[in-house]
Amino acid sequence: MIFSRTSRADIAFDIIIYILLTIALLVVAYPLIFIVLASISNPDAVNSGQVVLFPKDISFESYKRIFSDVRIWIGYRNTIIYTAVGTFFNVALTLMIGYSVSRKDLVGRKLIMNVLIFTMYFGGGLIPTYILVRDLGLRNNPLVMVILGAVSVYNIIITRTFFESTISNELLEAAFIDGCGNGIFFFKIVLPLSKAIIAVLTIYYAVGHWNQFFNALIYITQKKYFPLQLYLRDILIANQMVSTDGMNDVDALIEMQRIAETIKYGVIIVSSLPMLILYPTLQRFFVKGVMIGAVKG
Amino acid sequence: MMNNTNALSARSEIRQSNKFSHYFKTKILNNYVLYLFALPALVYIFIFNYIPIYGLQIAFKDFKTGLGIWGSPWVGFKHFSYFFQSIQFWNLIYNTIAIQLYQIIVGFPVPIILALALHYCTSQKYKKFVQTVTYAPHFISVVVMVGMILVFLSPNSGIVNTLLKYIGLEPIHFMAKPHLFKTIYVFSGVWQNAGWGSIIYIATLAGVGTEMHEAAIIDGASKLQRVWYIDIPSILPTMIVLLILNLGSLMSVGFEKTFLLQNDIVLEKSEVISTYVYKIGLLQANYSYSTAIGLFNNVINCTILLTVNKLSKKVTKLGLF
Repeated sequence: MIFSRTSRADIAFDIIIYILLTIALLVVAYPLIFIVLASISNPDAVNSGQVVLFPKDISFESYKRIFSDVRIWIGYRNTIIYTAVGTFFNVALTLMIGYSVSRKDLVGRKLIMNVLIFTMYFGGGLIPTYILVRDLGLRNNPLVMVILGAVSVYNIIITRTFFESTISNELLEAAFIDGCGNGIFFFKIVLPLSKAIIAVLTIYYAVGHWNQFFNALIYITQKKYFPLQLYLRDILIANQMVSTDGMNDVDALIEMQRIAETIKYGVIIVSSLPMLILYPTLQRFFVKGVMIGAVKG
Repeated sequence: MMNNTNALSARSEIRQSNKFSHYFKTKILNNYVLYLFALPALVYIFIFNYIPIYGLQIAFKDFKTGLGIWGSPWVGFKHFSYFFQSIQFWNLIYNTIAIQLYQIIVGFPVPIILALALHYCTSQKYKKFVQTVTYAPHFISVVVMVGMILVFLSPNSGIVNTLLKYIGLEPIHFMAKPHLFKTIYVFSGVWQNAGWGSIIYIATLAGVGTEMHEAAIIDGASKLQRVWYIDIPSILPTMIVLLILNLGSLMSVGFEKTFLLQNDIVLEKSEVISTYVYKIGLLQANYSYSTAIGLFNNVINCTILLTVNKLSKKVTKLGLF
């Protein structure tokens, strides 16, 4: 009697779980799906609200416009360069200091950690940093997009945690007895064992660079150095239209108005393309990063 | 007797200095490579995190570019008292705290509920699928996120208004309604980050020993009872740490999203400290005043974090540090 009552309660519980999960799924997925639908639908159908669950009169007009806009290409090129160069430096610096502070025999390791952690809670803020960057001559210099944010203390901490739990003391001692120095040990033994953390760091930093907006807004004013995100702001938020050439006559203007919204949907897709392609495969690394970080938290 | 002690202490001194040089040699010199490894990042942190702290003194000065940080004249707390008396002050504080509190109240429980639901999902495939989808928005850039909000909420063609019309309601011009700004900000944030925020709870839940659940099942506990008596207590430490972190940022609303989302109509309800610091500092080039506001904000943030942490340690014996 009691048994059947509890199991009935459990069935209700399971049903509620599935309802909750399905609501979460629909709420998150629908806007994303809608963007795809709207971007490939006829602009008139999108403007009049006829696209809800299915695309209407599929057309790739907006994509044609987007790919003929030179801003998208410049932004893409700049962002790819900033991301590739920046991520390389980020990962190298983080791995090196992360390994260093993971070593329990490092004299002053506590001090180094405190120096790092302090910056997580206190800093100079916007203007003092701005003055520094200006005085270093980094304003309107593409280098600023690579240099700023080169070291994330949070990432150093997860790197340290990773090394502490994977590189055992016995391994280190054995290597030292065989006459291996710290440098060789790091490059020949530690790094090959650290593919997981290298992947996590690479992805974290790369996403950070790809989505970087703030530093570009403040330090980059020359259009030729604009990363994709600044061009995206112009198009998506400041409503600057795509491909302004041949815009002299009124007809073209009206035409641009007509497809403006569809172009926005298309631009969202185009700018997130690398992410959309890579995300399903890389998802486990993102999650792994959170897990390693959670050990500390 | 005297002699004896002297000799003894002398000997121990020698031993100590030997020990020190030995220590120095094995621990520091032998590990010089490790210091070299740490050096580039430390130099970087010194330049980009500590030199700006030196620059904070302009909050107490009238900074002139020609005179430099050091050469500009001291003015004491002039900028601070000017800020405290300005008409913006209470509005900025109110908006900042209101957005953050709203965000905590709405955003804090959602990842926990989602994590529990995922944890009890009986189909592994469905669980994986829901996870993959709900994590995804976390990686959308702020610019694209705000762009999405604007097109979805557009008064004429936005999907939200299309749906409102379907169910017979009047369309709303969302971005022109000042009182809706905070709600739009908070709920879009929950949409973007709830899935990602659930990962840490899922990991903690998965770490709960199966013995406890087995024992509970034998005792006839329902799933709901197991959630209440086993799962919630086991994620409580995580919840407290995250709550401390959230409360610690009570006075720091993210600049990027607020700045991109706000417009002139909703300005009064959406201006927060970080956007104000940007506008005063970089758009009006009022460096010292802006720095003073930023410093005030930072000090408040640290104070709140330390206080909440201390309180939590006292009450629950759990804290960040």
